[in-house]
Amino acid sequence: MDHLVQIILIGVILTNLVVLGSHPLNTCIRAVALQGVALGVLPLFLHGREWSYHTFLISFMVIGLKGFLIPILLFRAIREAVVRKEQEPLIGFTASLILGGGLVGLGFAVSSGLPLPAEIKSSLLVPVALSTLMIGLLVIVTRVKILTQTLGYLMLENGIFAFGLILTKELPWLIEMGVSLDIFAGIFVMGTLMGHIHEEFNTLSVRKLSSLKG
Amino acid sequence: MLALLLLITIPLLGAGLAFAIKDNGKRPWILVPIAVVHAVTVSWLWVSGSFPTLGRWLLLDAMGKIVLGLISLLFLGASLYAVGYLKQRLERNNRNFVASLLFFLSAVTVVTLSHHFGLLWVALEATTLASAPLLYFNHNQRSLEATWKYLIICSVGIALALLGTFFLAMAETAAGPVENPLFLPTMLQHGASFSVPWLRASFIFLLVGYGTKMGLAPMHTWKPDAYGEAPGLVGFLLAGALTSCAFLALFRINQVCQAAQQADFARPLFVMIGLLSMGVAAVFMLGQEDYKRMLAYSSVEHMGILTLALGLGGLAIYGALLHLLSNGLAKGVLFLTAGNIHRHYRSKSVSSVQGVFRRLPLSGALFMAGFIAITGSPPFGIFVSEFTILRSAVNDGHWTVVALFLGFLALIFVGMGRIVLSMTQGEPAENQPRRGVEGEAPAALPTEGATRAPVIEPWLTTLTPCVLLLSVFLLGIYIPSWLDRPLQMAAALVGGHR
Repeated sequence: MDHLVQIILIGVILTNLVVLGSHPLNTCIRAVALQGVALGVLPLFLHGREWSYHTFLISFMVIGLKGFLIPILLFRAIREAVVRKEQEPLIGFTASLILGGGLVGLGFAVSSGLPLPAEIKSSLLVPVALSTLMIGLLVIVTRVKILTQTLGYLMLENGIFAFGLILTKELPWLIEMGVSLDIFAGIFVMGTLMGHIHEEFNTLSVRKLSSLKG
Repeated sequence: MLALLLLITIPLLGAGLAFAIKDNGKRPWILVPIAVVHAVTVSWLWVSGSFPTLGRWLLLDAMGKIVLGLISLLFLGASLYAVGYLKQRLERNNRNFVASLLFFLSAVTVVTLSHHFGLLWVALEATTLASAPLLYFNHNQRSLEATWKYLIICSVGIALALLGTFFLAMAETAAGPVENPLFLPTMLQHGASFSVPWLRASFIFLLVGYGTKMGLAPMHTWKPDAYGEAPGLVGFLLAGALTSCAFLALFRINQVCQAAQQADFARPLFVMIGLLSMGVAAVFMLGQEDYKRMLAYSSVEHMGILTLALGLGGLAIYGALLHLLSNGLAKGVLFLTAGNIHRHYRSKSVSSVQGVFRRLPLSGALFMAGFIAITGSPPFGIFVSEFTILRSAVNDGHWTVVALFLGFLALIFVGMGRIVLSMTQGEPAENQPRRGVEGEAPAALPTEGATRAPVIEPWLTTLTPCVLLLSVFLLGIYIPSWLDRPLQMAAALVGGHR
């Protein structure tokens, strides 16, 4: 079980790097979707063999939402937009990957100062969560395509979700539902705004969103 | 208690009703009775002096009572103004706007009642989602850009606050399992057993996350765009109600830090980010050419003052709570009258707006008075609150803070004064007001001859700023005991006093 958790978490880091280094938006969406599925599977193995209906429901919901529903919304957004279907980074892909690697290192460094509860066997969970969060932030601030900014937000949220798995037993049901609903509603509103932005500017690039300054 | 349930559910029912009503002219009126019911219920809670609970996580304490009272009052005024405003914007479908206003009221109410950090997060994120459609009411390129920026920056901020909330749970459970984690009363009892590394990390993320929502520098960049492009009514609610909720969240985390004996860690960070916000506001206020963006930077300034006071502690806490009330009221005057000015002149450029006194005598006078109030001049409430905070800093010998505080206030006064004076004084331009596509447009254009004469403005868009101005004036003159007592009780929650 512990080996499987570590492998999944390494996969999460790899999907982060795929988003940083890939040109086609389709690939980025699939990478984030795969990341969502990986995080959906994670609860089943993280707390040993203490499976419950609660654990299965979380996994099912996360896989459905992050792995399929949100990616479908995003694929539809790029299909409807007359837009180049590649990323437009403000910094090059090489610089993105170097920074991404640095953020992974930073995630490990910060995590070493934070004591973990004994039942969490995985030494990778906190550093991967923090790295994913920081790489998501990097994607948001360095990408021109609004859709990629949304992907960056999803990655950031994935990092937070991964960390939250440590607390699955601690947090009440209502909070989890509220958090998931808020996040999905946020993505939905962003998706709606993307449609309006495409109609208004005939593009999904933030380069056009520059008339407001100071 | 039933009253708390009513406060949350009645606006939600109203939001549903807004979708059902098809008449664009009549729909805004549902805002008024709901706002009245909300305000009457809150007033009753104030008068009764009780601290009711609802379920396990909703509890109205002294601090929540102050924020809830402010919000209810502001929303009542906003509902009247909204009716007057939307009457002039009948060309725009207001269904989403009215529904979002009511959903917003429900969400901010939950924020003020929540004593569970997880629920607090859910409610604050809901306020972000509720306010996005409000920002986008004008449906033009600039409002679209502003809404996107607001949504992405505030969502990131709230997401970081979620991580901070998780860290807080880690800090609490480090000493062993807790039956109901993230519940404030429990945390205050057992703060001494918290994990210090996790708590400090939690504090950083919560400060950055909720500070983004509050509009503290350097996370403030959504604010000038949002306030600049939104209808004045929306700017008013964001600057008065939304930022007060975010401040309440910082207040709560301060309570936890004190209970865990980590106040010495938290205080310098509050002070630094508060002063930074005031400094940024001062810099961008000077030379500002857009008077609505000017108001946004004024909001950054005052959020900085609140956070600074939270860091100073003691007497400054009482000053901060006074400031919370006075700022909300004075900002209301400014945003609503700026909305009136904007609709008439159809420009946000300071150089295009001249002679407001002559053309809009009432809004011009209110705008000028609002400027005097917001910059801390006597006899208004903000003078009292800023003086209280200053006195606290002097008493405790924080001379660097004193110098920076006064310096930034002076710069902001000069920067804002230049703008307000040039707008209100002088003669209106001889030619017709510009007919640009920028921002809001009235349903009917004024006739040629009428543009020269002073405009008699409708009462629906001027009564609210008048009442708000009177309120902030009264706060400066006299603080009644029914208000002073909850202020002291709330301040005491974080070691404050009068």
